[in-house]
Amino acid sequence: MVEEEGFRRYIAHIILWIGIAIVAFPVYLAFVASTQDNAVIANGQMSLLPGGHFLETYYQTIFVGTSGSTREPVGNMMLNSLVMALLIAVGKIAVSIISAYAIVYFRFPFRMAIFWIIFITLMLPVEVRIYPTYKIVADLHMLDSYAGLSLPLIASATATLLFRQFFMTVPDELLEASRIDGAGPFRFFWDTLLPLSRTNMAALFVILFILGWNQYLWPLLITTRDDMQTIQIGIRKMITTTDALTEWPIVMATAVLAMLPPVFVVVVMQKLFVRGLVETEK
Amino acid sequence: MQKQAIFQSKLLPYALVAPQLAIVLIFFYWPALQAVIQSFLLQDAFGLSTSFVWFENYLDLFKDRAYFEAIVRTFFFSFAIAVSSLSFALLLAVMADKPLRGGTLYRTLLIWPYAVAPPVVGVLWIFMLHPSLGVLSRYLRNLGIDWNPLLDGDQAAALIILAAAWKQISYNFLFFLAGLQSIPRSVLEAAAIDGARPMRRFWTVTFPLLSPTIFFLLVVNIVYAFFDTFGIIDTMTRGGPGKSTETLVYKVYTDGLLGGNLGSSAAQSVILMIMVIVLTGIQFRFVERKVTY
Repeated sequence: MVEEEGFRRYIAHIILWIGIAIVAFPVYLAFVASTQDNAVIANGQMSLLPGGHFLETYYQTIFVGTSGSTREPVGNMMLNSLVMALLIAVGKIAVSIISAYAIVYFRFPFRMAIFWIIFITLMLPVEVRIYPTYKIVADLHMLDSYAGLSLPLIASATATLLFRQFFMTVPDELLEASRIDGAGPFRFFWDTLLPLSRTNMAALFVILFILGWNQYLWPLLITTRDDMQTIQIGIRKMITTTDALTEWPIVMATAVLAMLPPVFVVVVMQKLFVRGLVETEK
Repeated sequence: MQKQAIFQSKLLPYALVAPQLAIVLIFFYWPALQAVIQSFLLQDAFGLSTSFVWFENYLDLFKDRAYFEAIVRTFFFSFAIAVSSLSFALLLAVMADKPLRGGTLYRTLLIWPYAVAPPVVGVLWIFMLHPSLGVLSRYLRNLGIDWNPLLDGDQAAALIILAAAWKQISYNFLFFLAGLQSIPRSVLEAAAIDGARPMRRFWTVTFPLLSPTIFFLLVVNIVYAFFDTFGIIDTMTRGGPGKSTETLVYKVYTDGLLGGNLGSSAAQSVILMIMVIVLTGIQFRFVERKVTY
């Protein structure tokens, strides 16, 4: 190992802790604000230590909502976000794995054309085709529905590419062996390929869940009813009113709640998350 | 790249690709095509009649000072976000790459901002630096800075860049760490035996070996700054004050939704599509090169 003097190591520790402090400070502040009295915050007199309104603020945030422009309880918004994130993650994995299976394990006319059609979608993020997509979803009467929230975000080249790449590394002997055992395409997929893909699927799920949970522009456009709102949209609506009316403790409690599920997933599933990230991006 | 062992079936493979294909055609290709068509049409103010105007929408855009400014602004934001976030993340990654006690803990404490949604990032930062109630604004005022990002365009831009870079630190950190860990120790040891001090070792050995990662991250960060800053901008400044924080994506949104100018908005979308395709193309060429290394 390359030599590493003691004092350099101290410097490394110090720099890392400074980095962590910078990364954590805004969130700490949000938590502190969510436990304090709104009047104190509005005066610009907020202290840097938690106050005594923790239970009351979070109760109101989750079950009642603000008294301002959006009166939807955050609990309901979180449920919408959760349904949307799960639909996107599960849906993406499901349609991608079967189409990758078809492309790798079958020979059929237009196989490569279909592969390229899927591949090119990589280059069309929802942001650049936002209005026409909105119009199509409206024409299909899918505004304010879970289908409208998730379907346009389900098709994705990355997941298909990832599964295709993985299937290519599965030895041919496995298919021959299960064929000798009398397995057809369904049995092989279900009994052999799916169990082998478990870790890939889990890693992908972590990334896609976060992606779905954090969607913003799309739900902003297609949800008009308050009860279909996701938490990311709800939080923006809370600060639309004039500054004096913004209930900052509730906004900050909402921010904290909106962070909890994805951050929890990242921290708990760290290994899978890092793997999925490096594999999908590179 | 062909499998030798395959199944024979005429209809099954089509049934398997059908769901993906249906979604892709309905929600990707059809709207993209619509955007292209729409960009060649001009609609009167009431939406009663449309006429085919060739490239007029595009020409109008290029003559429009505001559009030109939005392009320059977007690229400036992208580079400012990428450079500040990349350099800080690299510093942290180099430190975390050392054999330190608590290495995994450091990593965990540094990667979670990846999971924070852009609008939440926006809310956190506007709260911290809000002119009247922000905790940090107090200190800035004590330093004699007249801090008001809600009125001052440059300050608003700085705030967006800061918040967007903050969120991206964790992502860049992860890839830098992975890149650093793939550098063979023997190369560094050889440099050390040759008498190169740590700083020199970093600039002559580590940094060049890391350049593929840096380039990859630069492209990813620019794409991030193009699209994912939408939520940050929308919660913090709504493109204001004036138009000082309006990026290209934000302009597509405001021109189409608030301005009702669909032709221009569609033309802007098409230009963005071309930019994304170019950026993705660059990324892919790079990835391919990496694979053959």
